[in-house]
Order: sequence, then C-alpha cells, then structure tokens
Amino acid sequence: MRIDMTGLNRKIAPKTGFVDNISFIDPEKAELNNGIPVYIFNSEEQDLVKIEFLFRAGSWYQEKPLVARITNKMLKEGTRHFTSHEIAEKIDYYGAHLNMSTDKDMGYVSLYTLNKHLEPTLEILAEVIKHPVFPENEFNRIIQNRKQKFIVSNEKVRFIAKRKFDELIFGSQNPYGKTYEVEDFDKLNTADLAEFHRLHYRLSDCRVLVSGKVMNRHVDLLNKFFNGEPVGNSDNHAEPADNTISSNNRMFHIVKNDALQSAIRMGKVMFNKTHPDYTKLKILNTVLGGYFGSRLMTNIREEKGYTYGIGSALVSLHHSGYFFIASEVGADVTQDASNEIYHEIRKLQEEKIPEKELDLVRNYMLGAILRNLDGAFARSDNFKEILEYGLNYSYYKNFIEVIRSITAAELRDLAQKYLDRESLYELRVGK
Amino acid sequence: MINFDRFQLDNGLKVIVHKDVSTPIVAVNILYDVGARDEDPDKTGFAHLFEHLMFGGSVNIPKYDTPLEEAGGENNAFTNNDITNYYLTIPKQNLELAFWLESDRMLDLAFSKKSLEVQRHVVIEEFKQSYLNQPYGDVWLLLRPLAYRVHPYQWPTIGKKIEHIQNATIEDVRAFYRKYYNPNNAILTVSGNVDTKEIEILSNKWFGPIQPGDANNRNLPKEPTQTEERILEVKRNVPFDSIYKTYHMCKRTDHAYHAIDLLSDILSNGDSSRMYRSLVKEKKLFSEFHAYITGDLDEGLFVFTGKLVKGVKIADADNAINDEIEKIISKPIHEEELKKVKNKIESSLEFSEIGVLNKAINLTYAELLGNADLVNHEKELYQAVTVEEMLTTARELFRKTNCTNLYYYAN
Repeated sequence: MRIDMTGLNRKIAPKTGFVDNISFIDPEKAELNNGIPVYIFNSEEQDLVKIEFLFRAGSWYQEKPLVARITNKMLKEGTRHFTSHEIAEKIDYYGAHLNMSTDKDMGYVSLYTLNKHLEPTLEILAEVIKHPVFPENEFNRIIQNRKQKFIVSNEKVRFIAKRKFDELIFGSQNPYGKTYEVEDFDKLNTADLAEFHRLHYRLSDCRVLVSGKVMNRHVDLLNKFFNGEPVGNSDNHAEPADNTISSNNRMFHIVKNDALQSAIRMGKVMFNKTHPDYTKLKILNTVLGGYFGSRLMTNIREEKGYTYGIGSALVSLHHSGYFFIASEVGADVTQDASNEIYHEIRKLQEEKIPEKELDLVRNYMLGAILRNLDGAFARSDNFKEILEYGLNYSYYKNFIEVIRSITAAELRDLAQKYLDRESLYELRVGK
Repeated sequence: MINFDRFQLDNGLKVIVHKDVSTPIVAVNILYDVGARDEDPDKTGFAHLFEHLMFGGSVNIPKYDTPLEEAGGENNAFTNNDITNYYLTIPKQNLELAFWLESDRMLDLAFSKKSLEVQRHVVIEEFKQSYLNQPYGDVWLLLRPLAYRVHPYQWPTIGKKIEHIQNATIEDVRAFYRKYYNPNNAILTVSGNVDTKEIEILSNKWFGPIQPGDANNRNLPKEPTQTEERILEVKRNVPFDSIYKTYHMCKRTDHAYHAIDLLSDILSNGDSSRMYRSLVKEKKLFSEFHAYITGDLDEGLFVFTGKLVKGVKIADADNAINDEIEKIISKPIHEEELKKVKNKIESSLEFSEIGVLNKAINLTYAELLGNADLVNHEKELYQAVTVEEMLTTARELFRKTNCTNLYYYAN
C-alpha cells in the first residue's frame, strides 16, 4: 500500500450538503402571428440553436402499424419545392442537422444549426413540415431498408422483448399495445403517409421549443417561414379509444434456442404523471432499479454477476403509463435472476427502506433534477416532459417536496398497493 | 473558445481547470493513459475489466458509488484501445467529495476476491451481450487480427476471448494497477463554476500526497506497411450479407489526420454524401452504409461497412464501393464539396462543446494529444486542408495493397 505522508484522514468523507436551491427559470413564451406557441430557452454560450416542433403524431394515432414512424422519417425525403437530394445537400452544406423521431404519443422534427446559417436551414425545416410529398421511389427504398433493419434487430432478444411486452400489458386492441410484424412493412403505401401527415402534422396543433442562443431574429424568421397557416380547430384532433385488455396469462416465454442470454421484462400498466401517486412511485422505482446503486443492480449485477445491467422505469404516456423491469441475463441463470427480482420486490413490500438508503435516494434524485436543468437544451427537454400534460414547473416543485418528505412507511405501502406479484406480467425471450 | 488554466503537481498529475459560471453542476474528468493496446497479448481485456474493478472499493472507501450518489452526483467510465476515462458530475457545493473519491482510488485499491469474481462475470455477460449474442457481433473479433498482424490493436477492448477474462488472477490485476494507475500517468480536468486557486488547493490536498509511479515508457510494436490485399470470407447465421473494408491510416496526431477525417465525411457523412447517395439511394445496393475512421492514437483504420440489400451479390456491391474509391483518387473534389464538409465539422465541433462534462472530456483528451489548447484550434486545422491535399491523401490511403476485406455471408 502506498503511504500518505500528510496525515490526511481519508477515512472521513468531506462534508456534503443536501442539494438545495434548485431554481426553475420559466421559458420565455412567444407567439407567432398565426398563434403557434413558441417556448424559448436562452443560453449565452455557443452561437447555435435547436428548433424543435412537437406534433401529436405518435403511434397512438395511427390506424395501421408503422405509419407514424415512416411518415416522420419521410418528411425530409422530398417536398413540393425540393427533392430528397436537394434537401440533404442544403442541410449538409450549412453543417446543419435535421432530426426526426417519434414515440408513442408524439412526432418530433428538430433542426440543429449554427445561428449564422439560420435562415436557409429554417426554410428547409418549414418545407419538410409543411409540404412533404412522400415520393414513391424514396418510399420503396426506405421501406426495403427499414424492413431489413427490423429483420436484423429481431434477432436480438432485447428487441423482441421490448416489442412484445407492450402488447402483453396493454393488449393488442389498445393503440399502445399494437405491435408490428415484418409483413406490416409491405402493407403501407404513400397515401397512408400523406393522410397521416394531413391529420397529425398540423400547424394549428403544434408547439415549438427554441433553445440555444436565441434572439428576436429567430421569432421573426419563424414568422416568415411558418406564416399564413390557419390556426384553430385544434380540438377536433381525433383521439382513439383506450381499450386496455391485457392478456390473462401473466407469464410468457418466447423461445430462441441459440440465445446465449435471455431477455427478461416484467411489469404492468400504471398511470401518468397527472396521477397523485406518480411521483411517489417514481421514488420507489429509483430505489428498486432506477440508478446504479439500486437494489436490482446491487443484487443481480454487483452481488451475483448474472447480468451486465438491470434497471426499472416508470413511464408516463399521455393516456396511460407503465412500469417495467428489464435485463439480459446469462441463459443458465434466467430462473435465478427472475427469482431474485421477485425477492427484491417482496422486500420492498415487507420491510421499510432504511433511512440511510432513503436519504441517499433523495439526494441522488435531487441531483438528477439539477443535472436535467443544466444548459438550454436540457431545460428544453425537461420542459417538454411536462408541456403535453398541461403541467408547469409547479409539477417539479411538488416533486422535490415529495422527494424530501416521503416516508419509508409510505413507500412500503405503495409497494404493496402497486407491485403485487399477481399483477405483474413476465416475459422471457431466450432458451 | 474554451478558456482554461493548467498546472502540474509535483507527483506529475496534470490538472486543467475550465470556469463556466452558467451552471450549478461541476464535471470532474480523469483520464488514465492506459488502454487495451497496453495489454499482454495473452491477457487481453484487462484495461476494461480493470475499469469495472475501480468501482469495487478503494483503500479508505468501501464502495465508490454510494457516497457520490448520497451527494447528488453521478458517474461513469469508458475504456477504449488507447485510454481509460472516468467522469462524474456533482453539485458544486459537494465538489470536495469528488476529490476524496478519485484520489483514494488513485492512492490504492482494495477490491476483494469476491469483487473480482463478480466483475469477471459481469464482463463476460457484457462480452456475450455486445459481441456474441447478436447478429454481426463478432465482426471486430475477426477484422482486427486480420488488419493488424503485430500491433495490439489486433484485439478489441473487451478482449480477444472470454477465456482471458476467466483466467485473470488477482495478482495480474494488481500488477496492472501498480503499473498504470499513477498520478504521473493521469490527467484531471475540472469544469464548472470553480476558480483555479480553489482547484489547486483541493488537488494538492487530495492528490498531492500520492507517490508517482515509474514512468510509463510505451514501446509498442509498429504495424508494418501492408503489402498485399487481405480477404476473409465467413458464413454466419445472419439475415443479410455484409461487407467490411479497412485501410490503414495515420495516427491521431499526424498531419494527414484532418484530411482523412474530411474524406470520410465526403464519402458518407450525411444524406448528401457521395456513397450514401450512390450506393444506398441511387443504386440501392446497401440498406445501410458507413465510412468512418477509428481515430486512434497509433496508426488507425479507415473503415467502410455496409449491409447488402437482399438479392444483391457481394461482388457487385464491392465493385460499387471500389468505383467510388476510384473516383476520389482520380479526380480532385470540387471546392464547394470540401467547403460543405468543413462547414459540417465546424458545426459538430460547436455542438460538441455544450455542457461542462463534454468540455471537460474534450480538454482532457486534447491534453493527452499534447496540448489542451488544441480544442480551440481544431477548426483551423480542418479549414487549412486543401483540395490538392485531399487528393494526395486519398491516393496514399486507398491503395489496393493497403486494403483488408471481410465478406460476411448469410447462411
């Protein structure tokens, strides 16, 4: 052992304090001439910007599998005034980046650019949002390539588990539970995409988040390129019915004989962040599997070495929510790992979390909230998480209060109320 | 522009400080100048296994993560062929705790036999998850020894094979620690709302007393110039054929590096790039295609990878790649095309400087390259590349005899 000659007492940790003074700065709110709301997150650092459009265009709204995702991906593959190649050439020339993505609820279209190239790149962003034409040849190529990608991914146990789990807990009649198969790629056509775009990428029903070094010019240019579209009628946005019919059989096994590891996924339908128990359950989830030092990681990775990683999460959706635990474990220890997961849940139901552990989780979570507010991009992402639920920063302020005040007894009661073994689904993919 | 101060402790530890008043979070990044290239060819995967053990307890602190999480902090680490890098973020008020934690695991480790056993299993599961239990997972296990005959880049960071991890002894691991985890083999960067004076005091207090180790004089075998094209064909249980093609390139610190990086962008960065446009969009030969550089500290690789569209023959797809290479070595690229990729680089450099953690990691790595101030001059080095240089660099790089091919057939 190396000797420390100074007599510094390294056994004792330097004094640390609870995380406090978490300040939430409201975004500046602007409105385009046609009424589109714009939220601005300013930072004085790099001379660049991210402009993100939010549409209610996630898979919840699609009538056929894959429509939401392919529509989103194809926005930049040809518009009324530019071909797919012209769009790519312009965006690349200015060193900008267009990012498209969807989740279950939303469709996102974002532009990342240096401010000095704002005008020509914003013009392209407006084109892809307003006037995509979904050309047949680009469509055929994208379908072909996405289908191949799907076939490759579908060899991975984690991918299969992730896809099938939603169907298991929500039921195949619920828009959140509808999954897709390889043949669904061939059932799409460009008319489906054009129709989905017409219904769900409407300027009358979108929001814009602008983050980075933002000036008046940004709003002026947004007005220039997104003018003239009528705003209003946003309430005729058709919402499909929520028909949650989950499977009665709670234990599923998809056999993949050559797998060296099994994917395990467990969980159930919960609720979203407007529910009074959501934030409390978020804390319970953190204790169980929400951080590196969590009980699942400590037991199943750090004590037993069954896995490279295991975690759990509580996910909020606009019309529902769910809780899940996921891991990939050595094929020979699948049953043991599953037993240990139930064991950890049972412990939460039977024993109160020791104060020391609970304090650690409190401060870890407060630190995470602080980190999520670090910088304009992070603030924008954080705000996005509450915007669509009609919530504001009082949601986070309340969350912080709950983190500080929740008791071990309350958490034990929550575990009993929501994590009953009989209510959890379990899916295994592997040998 | 990232402003910073720099000083060195008597024991050789280099310290860089960047002040950013806009955030309540401080990032602490510590790089050890050791990677998979420093491993014994019969004991590979150590640098990475070691990264796991660094969380298994140090001489005065039984568990690294617990006190950090208690203080609202978060951390992670990564290992590659060249370096092992540990980073954390913590609320400013609790910064000293980071110095306590990081200095103790530089002072001495106290991981147990049990923690070695467990991490051995965890790493083996990681090996399976990333390299074995997924289609095309073994590509780099095949490609590296094909491209490198003598240089240690011939094995991936995870190791050549699971057996090397299985056979690691506690003595091996301790010897590795003793050799590389020394203050004179590390660079520490702190970035956030901090003053250099304050960091000097903390560094001297916590890291100052740690004795330096022997100088780490690296003497790795140099990969000889490749003199003939290499080809390996394999059949695997995967859905689609694919092609991997590599060319030996220069070191990260060599003059030609920036031109070669720009070449990879011309060929495949963005939807308008040459090979994406011709091979994926127009000829529809590949469902996905990428060209990139490994950017290693020693002589690295320029890599092409592509998955073929069902029904396309490997020979036809390969010819199409070679046609594009032929174009770029026979005719100078247009000024505007060069300007395009320079614009892209400028933009990605700017975006890479967002957040204290990114800045800390960038500064540390630049210091390892020779000077932290490189982060502020990288853009100029790219701007200086000319059309003529691009042509001569491409000709030197894309020689047929410099090429290694892996044809990966679906069963």
